[in-house]
Amino acid sequence: MNRIKQKLQEDPQKKLLSIYFTAGYPQPENTVPIIEDLEKSGVDMIEIGLPFSDPLADGPTIQESSQVALKNGMTTQRLFEQLKDIRKAVSIPLLIMGYFNPILQFGVEKFCQKCKETGIDGLIIPDLPVEEYLLQYKEIFRKYDLLPVFLITPQTSEERIRAIDSASEGFIYMVSSASVTGGTGGFGPEQKAYFERVSKMGLNAPLIVGFGIKDAETFEQATANTKGAIIGSAFIKHLTKHGTRNIAGFTRIIR
Amino acid sequence: MNYQVNEKGYYGDFGGAFIPEMLYPNVEELRKNYLNIMQEESFQKEFNQLLKDYVGRPTPLYYAERFSKNYNTKIYLKREDLCHTGAHKVNNTIGQILMAKRLGKSRIIAETGAGQHGVATATVCALMGLECIVYMGEIDIARQAPNVARMKMLGATVIPARSGSKTLKDATNEAIRDWINNPMDTHYIIGSVVGPHPYPDMVARFQSVISEEVKKQLLEKEGREDPDFVVACVGGGSNAAGLYYHYLNNEKVGIIAVEAAGEGVLSGKSAATSALGKEGIIHGSKTLLMQTQDGQITEPYSISAGLDYPGVGPMHANLFKTGRGEFISVTDAEAMAAGLELSKLEGIIPAIETAHALAIFETRRFKEDDVVVVNLSGRGDKDLNTYIEHFNL
Repeated sequence: MNRIKQKLQEDPQKKLLSIYFTAGYPQPENTVPIIEDLEKSGVDMIEIGLPFSDPLADGPTIQESSQVALKNGMTTQRLFEQLKDIRKAVSIPLLIMGYFNPILQFGVEKFCQKCKETGIDGLIIPDLPVEEYLLQYKEIFRKYDLLPVFLITPQTSEERIRAIDSASEGFIYMVSSASVTGGTGGFGPEQKAYFERVSKMGLNAPLIVGFGIKDAETFEQATANTKGAIIGSAFIKHLTKHGTRNIAGFTRIIR
Repeated sequence: MNYQVNEKGYYGDFGGAFIPEMLYPNVEELRKNYLNIMQEESFQKEFNQLLKDYVGRPTPLYYAERFSKNYNTKIYLKREDLCHTGAHKVNNTIGQILMAKRLGKSRIIAETGAGQHGVATATVCALMGLECIVYMGEIDIARQAPNVARMKMLGATVIPARSGSKTLKDATNEAIRDWINNPMDTHYIIGSVVGPHPYPDMVARFQSVISEEVKKQLLEKEGREDPDFVVACVGGGSNAAGLYYHYLNNEKVGIIAVEAAGEGVLSGKSAATSALGKEGIIHGSKTLLMQTQDGQITEPYSISAGLDYPGVGPMHANLFKTGRGEFISVTDAEAMAAGLELSKLEGIIPAIETAHALAIFETRRFKEDDVVVVNLSGRGDKDLNTYIEHFNL
């Protein structure tokens, strides 16, 4: 069974903590040590960011980490080389999150095949809309047992959430608020109402909240009605400040 | 063959809407409504009235006799340089501001490279009393100070784009991020035939007034609606889309697209997307773009800021791929020489973007009785400093 599906079913009570980081940041060879440390620190799932020159949906923190990673010489090929033995050391679900153009240039099928060989379980491609996925790429994802993860936002209509739910095989990535990544405002009544509203829709796919989660408080708020939360920018900031030291110290603050 | 957009938002293999979900509601709202709104009688009336009384349309179709003689063919210039604000850009911003009002939006954002589209957007926002925020690369702000001042006089807020390479593509990224952050009250006025569907089609339709007028004007002057060739410079490609629009499916009319070769197509400092680009996705559209082997978008170069874009509109990518369009690239030096030549022969100082289109006559020969319409997309006032430096004036 796909590791994401397994993780989602494992313990119905458990709120999942998922961490995003940009591959090749802060140092080019940090990718594997970061993944290993995150697993040791009790993280449930990891999103490995494939850096892109023009990350439209990202705020300054992830933009900068992507620029640094690219300057460090990160490429799609190099990421797969770094990850080639990852399944000897790590057993939690691993996803790759990246914009579509680098994947398109690598070749979508070749990319998916490499993911399968490496032990990647799912893909989050923010600028690949669900319609394009269903039309052109669903069969390829299936062939290599990769779960597609789609985003919803507070502005996504109920009808569209249902369509996204039926295309989803793992979880739905619930964007907390109308913003790019790295929001620092905390969650107000509007967000809480949105978390509640969508959680009551009776969707098949569990909801995991991302964008704007940075500490224990926002993690708790985000997961009150959902299955888990994803932390990206706050973790990148930790890496900027401390390098790869004391990753466990970061996750301990969250829960 | 059909070279217009199809019902799915594609020109052949190019186009579509590759956007993050956060943009979906806004883009979808526009997609569902843009054609209906544009066809409303009240919209048509207001749009045409403003084009006439405010922009100064129709712009003349001018037979450039001395320039023609030089190249032994018949060259007509479509005088978009005489539009209010000095270029064709305003045709689109007038259309989109009316669209934004009908969609109930109160806040306008735009990206700009050289500042022409920023000025055209700030102008219509002043006209309509709407808030205007223009994103502009930090580097472009430094080298286009007069246009920054114009935007400020017109009441716009100019926000420097400090990410990435700090030029047009980054300004576009920042505008898109702003739209993500402001999903309810904001309309994004894209300045060219780029971006997710329906933008390329909507902008092309607003610019199509150019070829609509050419048809009538040419009938008067030559007794026929169709020239033998239409010629325009292409960065993102909005002035070209406007000139080609009513001729796209009329294969008797040759389409010529002129790209900026910069210091030479193979020099490493170029913006000739058709020659150097590969299929990929930029700013929500599948098209040709300049990128590394790894799919990272690269920074183009041209002496003309308006052609300095790493992609090209999906309509043009399709014209290139199908062979319907003939793509020619022109270097900085060739364009500058053509700009000077038109000034001396016709008393018209063209924008450097436009000068690229004029430069093809040195190498691309036409028959004596060919009728060639060149889009004189903008005037050269904004480029005086570059002309001064280049020619030691």
